Amino acid sequence: MYNEIKLEFDAISVNEAFARVAIAAFITPLNPTLEEVADVKTAVSEAVTNAVIHGYDGRKGKVRMHCILEDGLLHIEVSDQGKGIENVEQAMEPLFTTRPELDRSGMGFSFMEAFMDSLEVESVPEKGTVVRMKKKFAVIQPQADEE
Amino acid sequence: MEERFHIIENYLMIRMPEEIDHHQAAALSREADQYILQGPVKHIVFDFEDTRFMDSSGVGVVIGRYKKIACFGGKVYAVNADRQIQRIIRVSGLKKVLNVVEEDTDV
Ligand SMILES: Nc1ncnc2c1ncn2[C@@H]1O[C@H](COP(=O)(O)OP(=O)(O)OP(=O)(O)O)[C@@H](O)[C@H]1O
Ligand SMILES: [Mg+2]
Repeated sequence: MYNEIKLEFDAISVNEAFARVAIAAFITPLNPTLEEVADVKTAVSEAVTNAVIHGYDGRKGKVRMHCILEDGLLHIEVSDQGKGIENVEQAMEPLFTTRPELDRSGMGFSFMEAFMDSLEVESVPEKGTVVRMKKKFAVIQPQADEE
Repeated sequence: MEERFHIIENYLMIRMPEEIDHHQAAALSREADQYILQGPVKHIVFDFEDTRFMDSSGVGVVIGRYKKIACFGGKVYAVNADRQIQRIIRVSGLKKVLNVVEEDTDV
């Protein structure tokens, strides 16, 4: 099975819930467990929230979400054209945050890492950030009468 | 509609929303802080009965409130956390400060 979606939405906090609903709907054909759905929703919520808070920091902008389902493998790419990250390695360390005054605790990347099978972050200061995540699902053999 | 905040003796009880993300967190923290500043609040109980989703923003709400009461010896508790919320609490390391009260489970 192959399926692909591309979404682009304003970098505002109401769209965090939208992104979660969209990804949950996108993976339903995989018959995911409740836990798998929660994992993917959490990871997407973290990536989109980071784009809104850190990438654009209240400025206008768009967040892109590109998802591909290839058999049992889910690829998710969340990108922004915001301010970017100076030191990606440091940013990905648990508890590292540049915004403690906003009650951020530096757990976003750790959650993405814990709940997905792989995580890659590419960022260019003043250009933007791309977060790529993958997760493998058990493939259910399709019934003979299905396409 | 049920009230989100209750004060019982020196405990602030917070009925957490269905989804705790960045969009919900700011208002929740702001309101909680008003109770913490004005009232006789020493400890906080976060009630996750209605909560089906929480990400790092929820972790920030709990830690941020804990920091406000910890210097006066205050403690934070979580009640009615379902499996998903308990997982977030575990993976985030929140357990170091958050006392998770296991209720007689009805599941
Ligand atoms: N899209 C982004 N654009 C710019 N900077 C980012 C982006 N995503 C993450 N960062 C940087 O990486 C740091 C770590 O991100 P992470 O999500 O792990 O923690 P946080 O967002 O600070 O806190 P939390 O996610 O726990 O609320 C952020 O503080 C920020 O400096
Ligand atoms: Mg984050």
